[in-house]
Amino acid sequence: MKKDKIINRRDFIQTGIRTGIGAGLGIIGFGLISRSVEGKTIWQLDPAKCVQCGNCATECVLQASAVKCIHVTDMCGYCDLCSGFFRPGALELTTGAENKLCPTGAIVRTYVEEPYFEYRIIEELCNGCGKCVQNCGAFGNGSLQLQVRQDLCVNCNQCAIARSCPAEAYSRVEPETAYLLKGFEELKITD
Amino acid sequence: MKNRSFKVILLLVISLVAINLFGQRFPAPEFETGYEVPETQIALAKPIFYEILDIIIFLATLTLITWVIIKKRSRRAVFWISIFSLLYFGFYRKGCICPVGSLQNVTMAIFNPEYNIPLTAIIFFIAPLGYTLFFGRTFCAGVCPLGAIQDLVALRPVSLKRWLRYLLGLIPFLYLGLALLFAATGTDFIVCRYDPFVGFFRRNGTFMMLSVGGLLLLAGVFIARPYCRFLCPYGVLLNLVSRFSWKHLSIANGSCTNCKLCENACPYDAIDKPTGLEVKSDNRELVKKLMVYGFITPLLMVLTGWTVSKYHEDFAHVNFKVRLAKQMMTLDDSQITELPEEVTTFQASGTPIEELYKEAASIVHDFHVGSWIIGGFIGLVLGLTLSKLTIYQYRDEYLTNKGNCYSCARCIDYCPVK
Repeated sequence: MKKDKIINRRDFIQTGIRTGIGAGLGIIGFGLISRSVEGKTIWQLDPAKCVQCGNCATECVLQASAVKCIHVTDMCGYCDLCSGFFRPGALELTTGAENKLCPTGAIVRTYVEEPYFEYRIIEELCNGCGKCVQNCGAFGNGSLQLQVRQDLCVNCNQCAIARSCPAEAYSRVEPETAYLLKGFEELKITD
Repeated sequence: MKNRSFKVILLLVISLVAINLFGQRFPAPEFETGYEVPETQIALAKPIFYEILDIIIFLATLTLITWVIIKKRSRRAVFWISIFSLLYFGFYRKGCICPVGSLQNVTMAIFNPEYNIPLTAIIFFIAPLGYTLFFGRTFCAGVCPLGAIQDLVALRPVSLKRWLRYLLGLIPFLYLGLALLFAATGTDFIVCRYDPFVGFFRRNGTFMMLSVGGLLLLAGVFIARPYCRFLCPYGVLLNLVSRFSWKHLSIANGSCTNCKLCENACPYDAIDKPTGLEVKSDNRELVKKLMVYGFITPLLMVLTGWTVSKYHEDFAHVNFKVRLAKQMMTLDDSQITELPEEVTTFQASGTPIEELYKEAASIVHDFHVGSWIIGGFIGLVLGLTLSKLTIYQYRDEYLTNKGNCYSCARCIDYCPVK
């Protein structure tokens, strides 16, 4: 008889606390859902703020960063003397490795017609260091720009590059504006 | 050298003028050979449909495993569901988003109204807690990919001494506290940063991440689920909620016959043995102890609060704004020739330095208050852990410890009462 009474008291306390926790969860849940965003926001860097410090290559949780150099071809001047392709002070303007700026040789060029060359980025090789972006921006048209490749990015809760970005260029954006390329209005998006 | 830099500057000035005049330094050429400019190639993230699918699969798996544990009582089914979760939420969805990390999103959303919290994060946070409130930690059993991978490798579990379990069991509280502190101040998501298994799920990661994960898995062969038991911050919440669960996995499907077969069944030391005829200590002695602990708990809280708050500046230093403000301050009284990139960028941005200092000071203040609260919380946990030692509960059967039990259903196979 006495034992029953003890159990009942314990049950009563348990039920009370359970109801309390349930109500708490409900309040938090509904409070947050009312101002949540449907779907998700994704990380992107603003090339207008980017200072090409090189952290994108080293800080990403992925080995071979999800940040890649994107070549906005519409902005390119097709120069023979491309400041994003050749190392400053290169001895010869040939495609020899010692003359190239890109440490991984990810930029290739093909002859179009006198005096123009087409530049292409082999994305598998690009490590997102931004060396070419810096020189193209300083001396060229700025058609080489760093961007988070949304198909590679694993969308970490807190982007490791964003945490160490000296220019605070990273922010979460809506999927509709997944790329923030500058100086370029219309984007042709491919899957 | 001087001559060269002059040339560079001249070139820059000319090109800047050129940009203003023509829009581009080197205008796009007009090709004569019929060459067409290729399109800029970019790829999109997965469409939103997958997010909704994730939520549906998550809730379905959670419901299924709860039904399997409570009604079907089948270890085999739990095993296969955990394999599915490991493959889907782990290796296919690459471990993101997981409920363990979502607690930071929720904290950040509560403290920072401007933060846009995704619906997925809310549901992934609330649903496991809700299910646990009613049916015990069925989420841990086989929906959480972190738990599933550890459950698989727990081949030769050893029993740990009680004092060791209690001691190590305090780590998750500290981890939870720090995670909340960093998330609430909008500084960092440390639970995600130090997630040990996400490197395996992505099949890509830094050496540190993979080696820590590997070591934990190796330790997990003998100490079952080391992350869940002695690190997981979300587990703290589930543990507390599970203690008040409405229904819970029971070892025997009926009344326990005290056959002792399940005694070594649990790899997680989560089965409470019957107290039996064990002589109960003097009740008056226990009450006295409880009173002492009740008295020292507030003292403990102040002590730990003070200790943790001593480190608030170190914690705050993780924050970018605070770090930058510190750098700017040291700039005045030291002759550094090469400025860090953060500093030069800030100087170039033209934001008044007072604004930065003010912002940083407010963040440091938040850290000070927060670290007092977290320290006090740790003290409270310590005090309650001590007090719990004095509470004597009579048991005449083998029971799962509702807080620590992961509902893996191993013990059911050992029980003759089906």
